[in-house]
Amino acid sequence: MAHFITSPAPHVHSGDSVRRNMLLVILALMPAYVVSVIEFGLGALIVAAVSVVACVATEWIISRFLLKEKKQSVADLSAVLTGLLLAFNLPSGIDWWIILIGAVVAIGVGKMSFGGLGQNPFNPALVGRVFLLISFPKQMTGEWVKPAGMEADAWTGATPLEILSHGEAVDLPSLKDSLLGVMGGSLGEVCALALIIGGIFLICTRVITWHIPVAVIATAAAFAAIAGACGAGPEGLGTCKYVGYELLTGGLMLGAFFMATDYVTSPMTACGKLIFGFGIGFIMMVIRVWGNYPEGMSFAILIMNACVPLLNKLRPIRFGEKKK
Amino acid sequence: MAKLESSFKNMVISLVSIAVVAAAALAGVYTLTKDKIDQQKAEKVNKAILEVLPNQGAGAIIAPADTIDAAKDLIVYRAYSDSTFAPETYIGAAVKISANGFGGKFKIMVGFDANDLIVNYTVLEHQETPGLGDKMGKWFKTEKGNQDIRGRKAGALQVSKDMGGDVDAITAATWSSRYFLGAVNEAYAAIANEKVEVVTSASKQQAAPAVEPEEPKEETNQDVEPVKEMEEDHE
Amino acid sequence: MSNAFKTFTNGLLKENPTFVLVLGMCPTLATTTSAINGMSMGLATMFVLVCSNVVISMLKNLIPDKVRIPAFIVVIASFVTLVQLAMQAYVPAIYDVLGLFIPLIVVNCIVLGRAEAFAAKNNVGLSALDGLGMGLGFTMALTLLGAIREFLGAGSIFGFQIYPENYVNLIFVLAPGAFIALAYLLAIMNKLQKK
Repeated sequence: MAHFITSPAPHVHSGDSVRRNMLLVILALMPAYVVSVIEFGLGALIVAAVSVVACVATEWIISRFLLKEKKQSVADLSAVLTGLLLAFNLPSGIDWWIILIGAVVAIGVGKMSFGGLGQNPFNPALVGRVFLLISFPKQMTGEWVKPAGMEADAWTGATPLEILSHGEAVDLPSLKDSLLGVMGGSLGEVCALALIIGGIFLICTRVITWHIPVAVIATAAAFAAIAGACGAGPEGLGTCKYVGYELLTGGLMLGAFFMATDYVTSPMTACGKLIFGFGIGFIMMVIRVWGNYPEGMSFAILIMNACVPLLNKLRPIRFGEKKK
Repeated sequence: MAKLESSFKNMVISLVSIAVVAAAALAGVYTLTKDKIDQQKAEKVNKAILEVLPNQGAGAIIAPADTIDAAKDLIVYRAYSDSTFAPETYIGAAVKISANGFGGKFKIMVGFDANDLIVNYTVLEHQETPGLGDKMGKWFKTEKGNQDIRGRKAGALQVSKDMGGDVDAITAATWSSRYFLGAVNEAYAAIANEKVEVVTSASKQQAAPAVEPEEPKEETNQDVEPVKEMEEDHE
Repeated sequence: MSNAFKTFTNGLLKENPTFVLVLGMCPTLATTTSAINGMSMGLATMFVLVCSNVVISMLKNLIPDKVRIPAFIVVIASFVTLVQLAMQAYVPAIYDVLGLFIPLIVVNCIVLGRAEAFAAKNNVGLSALDGLGMGLGFTMALTLLGAIREFLGAGSIFGFQIYPENYVNLIFVLAPGAFIALAYLLAIMNKLQKK
């Protein structure tokens, strides 16, 4: 019994609680989704619908015909969540067949190949996204759809992060716009505020703990402050503003609250979670500041996903030990 | 035959004799193939020179190679219509240059006409990413948008993403494009009569803000769609 | 006769170097960006494999045990260099593509592995057959993997365009695609072999 590791409730084997948690996470994603539907209109609806349907269908087909499972895993809503998260990582207006490929890869390669929910070492939605990002760089990053309500002359076609690494300070949207979501990006990247609200909801309902999001954001902020002070970012942009942009734009909030905290692919102990979050924030900023990609959140999470089995060996909480 | 014992003498004799036989065999094959390999290499260079010269090098007589910078493999092959190599008979030049790319060294041959405008180019060797950077072999000589560099003046060619640039970068391979244009600019500097301020990818960082800040609108080409202009740096 | 036949077919399926022994992963992953590249690499390896197997089985009694590894490597490296020079001279187009990976045949585990496991213990004829079988198995595997990656990643097989380039999954001609494609091929092979 000495090395019995327990994860915080609910446990994955209980079908009921998986379903409840998935439902809560989906609920928490809704504010951000509503914002993106307002911003991008019909495009956001179509992308999410195709992605969710494709993910659920892939999961059903694989578990029914390839794995021949008696109990269908589709009912636990995890495929719906994967589909939604994948859609959040795609630009609106992307071709439907690309979403289809992403969904098949996310569920087929990222999850079912490893044995289904609970067995996958990597976040399925991110596997799908990174696959698409590498396969279809043009479609995934080239043509950002302009959100409604944005003034035409403020539009450059680039996401704020691209401007941060290559462009001029004047092209950036204002910090307020970044917070509220009036800027270019993937569906789930646009409105940081809605994502934060969703994240706080998840922490309050105890679906996730605070460790990972706080560690990711704190690390990214500290790194950005140092990098900004050393002259990263466009000229004339103050360190404070630079930190603000790094935090509020791109996939940071979505990743910190919704992707990195996935039960299956994150560590179980508090200490492990803090290290996990630190690693994500650090790797992401390294990619953003020095890498050729303007955004590194998905790569950072996937890399740290691979470290989870090691982090789980770290300081396991012994059963009953905490009563001191 | 019994197996040889692992005594010191046996080990030395067997290893040395194997090495000697192998060395002899290799030396033999090397001498046999050396001429052929050199010939292949020379043919390749010759073909490339002719390909990039005006009129595919028809009627051109190529002057002895002029090595400008051995470290960069920068070699100029000047072509004349007459074997006197008189300046009036100058047709153009092919310039071979190697430079660092995204995935390693690449080597290109760029051809210029008598007015120093780019005629054509060919990629001799490269290690760019398949499907992305390796498109450089065709990209910059395809008539589409602003990606064709043929007929242009080199020296300050830059991707349109950088300030002052007006060449469309290869989709999702901006870095490969930067390195490529940098090499073309350097090749131009080698044959240009006047001293040219070369814009390479390395000098880009310092050079970018210095490009006439008063008139940024004139510098960027209006034909470029804004979407193209900001394509994400993918590679 | 049946023994010779068995030795030959051993490398094709039952002990296929790529799918069953999982040896020589470096060239398998790195050179299979297209069917023709995979096949050329396979054939070059097969040539080295047959030659080194023959020479090593001839010399097996002349090489003392303690220095057998360096001796084998010298023999293998010589043949690899020979192949490299020959390719450079007579098929420069393929050499341009594979150039970097040809020297790596030296450290391909299959070549040393067969020298150690088979050629050092068997006669010349059987060793040649073993090299041929293993080499063919390797070539088949690389061609198959190359064809799959080329089909998915460039929309063509052996250079013939099958569907438009706009629809290709670039990832398959890049490194991650090699791992993904190989993993699924291995899984399918395992499934088939179990039956």
